[in-house]
Amino acid sequence: MTAELVRGQNHPLSQSRLEIRVSAGAPVVAAAALGDENGRIHGVEWVAHPGAPTRPGLEVSRQAAADHRLAVDLDAMTEAVHRVSVLLALPAPGSGPGPARFGAVAAPFVAVTGLDGSEIAGYTITGLETESAVVALELYRRQGAWKVRAVGQGYAGGLADLLTDQGLPEAVQLAGAVDEAVTRGLARSVQAPPSRPADGDRSRQPAAPAVGPEQGGTAPQGAPGSVPPSYGGQPAGGPGQAGPQSAYGGTGAADPSATAGGPIDYSHPGRRNSAPPPPPTAPPAPPGQPARPVAGDATGWSMEERLYNQVWGMFEDLARTAAAYRSAVDFAESRMDKELEQALSDPRSRIGGQSDAVREAARARHAQLVGQAREVLDRDLAQLAAEADVVEPALPPAFARWDNPAWHAYRVPMEIPMALRLGDLRLPEADRIRIPMLLRLPLERGLWIDSGRADPVDGSFTDSHDMRRLAMETAVAHAARLLAVYPAGEFTVHVIDPAGSGEQPLAPLTRTGVPAAPPARGAAGVAEVLGRLTQRVDLVQMALRGGAPDALPPGFDTSQQLLIVNDFPHGFDDRAVNQLRYLADEGPSVGVHLMMVADREESAGYGPLLDPLWRSLLRLTPVPDDHLADPWVGHAWTYEPPLVPPGSQILHQVLTQVAAARRSWSR
Amino acid sequence: MTKGQAISLQKNDGGSLTAVRMGLGWQAAPRRGLFGSRTREIDLDASAVLFADKQPVDVVFFRHLVSDDGSVRHTGDNLVGGVGQGGDDEAILVDLSRVPVHIDQIVFTVNSFTGQTFQEVQNAFCRLVDETNGQELARYTLAGGGAYTAQIMAKVHRSGTGWTMTALGNPANGRTFQDLMPAILPVL
Repeated sequence: MTAELVRGQNHPLSQSRLEIRVSAGAPVVAAAALGDENGRIHGVEWVAHPGAPTRPGLEVSRQAAADHRLAVDLDAMTEAVHRVSVLLALPAPGSGPGPARFGAVAAPFVAVTGLDGSEIAGYTITGLETESAVVALELYRRQGAWKVRAVGQGYAGGLADLLTDQGLPEAVQLAGAVDEAVTRGLARSVQAPPSRPADGDRSRQPAAPAVGPEQGGTAPQGAPGSVPPSYGGQPAGGPGQAGPQSAYGGTGAADPSATAGGPIDYSHPGRRNSAPPPPPTAPPAPPGQPARPVAGDATGWSMEERLYNQVWGMFEDLARTAAAYRSAVDFAESRMDKELEQALSDPRSRIGGQSDAVREAARARHAQLVGQAREVLDRDLAQLAAEADVVEPALPPAFARWDNPAWHAYRVPMEIPMALRLGDLRLPEADRIRIPMLLRLPLERGLWIDSGRADPVDGSFTDSHDMRRLAMETAVAHAARLLAVYPAGEFTVHVIDPAGSGEQPLAPLTRTGVPAAPPARGAAGVAEVLGRLTQRVDLVQMALRGGAPDALPPGFDTSQQLLIVNDFPHGFDDRAVNQLRYLADEGPSVGVHLMMVADREESAGYGPLLDPLWRSLLRLTPVPDDHLADPWVGHAWTYEPPLVPPGSQILHQVLTQVAAARRSWSR
Repeated sequence: MTKGQAISLQKNDGGSLTAVRMGLGWQAAPRRGLFGSRTREIDLDASAVLFADKQPVDVVFFRHLVSDDGSVRHTGDNLVGGVGQGGDDEAILVDLSRVPVHIDQIVFTVNSFTGQTFQEVQNAFCRLVDETNGQELARYTLAGGGAYTAQIMAKVHRSGTGWTMTALGNPANGRTFQDLMPAILPVL
């Protein structure tokens, strides 16, 4: 099980041979420094860096890269060493194009793993701005045992400042030597094979780790997760990781080709009913034909988990099948272009019909390869479509579309489901196949329903007024889903609607009285709600840091909190903006989440101040939009929001039940 | 199999081979002298390069464990080797039926990432296995194999409707597959 650390948090280490994996959105330099009991670096020989990549018990990479793997052997440390700091720095501006500040790149992610790749602890270094060097983690000795602490201390002055701060006398010289080594390394590095993105695009997204505790042992792949270019303005590491994020829960176990052996059954044979039901397996297929798909044909301890893994397996299979098809077509095209160009430049073939024949042959070769690729794609798509046809009706409400009969049979649940469907994903090659986009619960980050300009993929035009209404309706549909899948009283919704413009779309919520209070209006309402939630975050954090979660006041509402903010930044003063940023940073770890319904342009006046806020949220759109990438090959997937079918009363019915359960729960 | 020998991956019953595995195993070097902490770790890496018309289009290695199309999978990096029981410490699995249609050759390589030559490595071997029945198709002993840090093991390539495997065993030098590209191109 992986520990997801926040700044300042520590975690014990039971192994001494470790690997530190670093994923950043841009090439970074990784180094490791040894410190004594006061944290002081005694000399240059206490630092492993690209110019001197190996030191006793330490090994770092020779060059800047988006992904790093540092090897650490704590047993090899001398008695004098009490601390091993893991340092990251952006390459010096002279060594090539690249960002000069961490604020301009996706938040780097560092993980401590065992040699088998199992993740022990992970930490996303958020909140960096002008810094160009950062102490990411430190491994330190405490009473004979080693622990890891998330540090995240940045330095605007780069490595020189960082090393000076750690007491190294030759800090400036060493920083210079590192720059030189990195520049040399860049000059030396071999180009990756063509037609694949560079390593920098393959970095694991910062928030990707640790989502699936059950599959925590899955070796982190240096997984792709590139955000497609179509995704404007947002740095890598933004919404693209939505799917990706949860993907890690599924990748290991979700491979449908793996036999669905099921867990070991320890129960007494006479007490059969307490054992998990055996997973359904596909009936044997007639020879030469693929097996007929069955819902739940994946590993897991429950039907829910099996379906979750199966959906993720389908997601990966579709991504990879499409990748195979696209790469074959790309190759066929580039080969044809080359052959046509050769035919054109060869003087012999210019005479008479010879060049026509050459061109004809080139086109025929192209058509043949594309035809073969299409055949394979169609075969795979037919299989996936058949699987989707059996899986979709079998999904529980939390995974199901609003039009699924499962919602008509809705009952307030007793347990939190493992994930929630936030919408559908599809690819242009497979228009019929909709992959449910399942996000793990509890939420790890807030949501941003973008009411700004959209370039809908279907070319339809939506004016800005309609867009706002649609965005708010989408927000309400998401909020209703969250409320419905949590047990009564375990999820609370607050609404800030400063100008009252969201009144109509909010009606399904307000009419049933599900939110904690009527939507807050005006500047005073904004201040009051934000003040209350800020105080709550402070209180819970203090209790957690003090190691006394029981010390919360009696009657304290421990449910998850969702704050819907409409029309941001309308009604927000500077203090309120700061409180909102604080909630975005600190809220998720204590169960307070944001759902911003906003057009980013409208808060452009705040400048880069709000960039981290937007970055920390998962962007969803009220209309189909291709801004989400999968974690394997980084296709641009078209996201469709989970809207209620027109004329359907399902939202009202479900919320009425939620409200009733809430009333009887609070009595 | 011996060097240069080619075998068709058609099975005797007419069906063609659908999955192959390249396995790599080695033993961590023994500790030297009194100082137990001074182990000499050896990190060998297995890689597979996918070619279409002699152009590399995808690579499966420890930083990219699955080819984009999902047909070639690396079981994960092992940095220190096994204890020499003869099992595979790293393996690359190829699902031949899922390899994209334009990929016509896959070349398997082994590199010494930590820079020791195969002379210094103990009990190192690599082998090619028919994954469907576990039958070993080829095996090379790397240990004592000369002052090289890499070997281009074998290639599987399309022939007719099926695949053929050719054992290569060419020695080379390099830390990762990228260093080997010049040595790979002549064998395509």
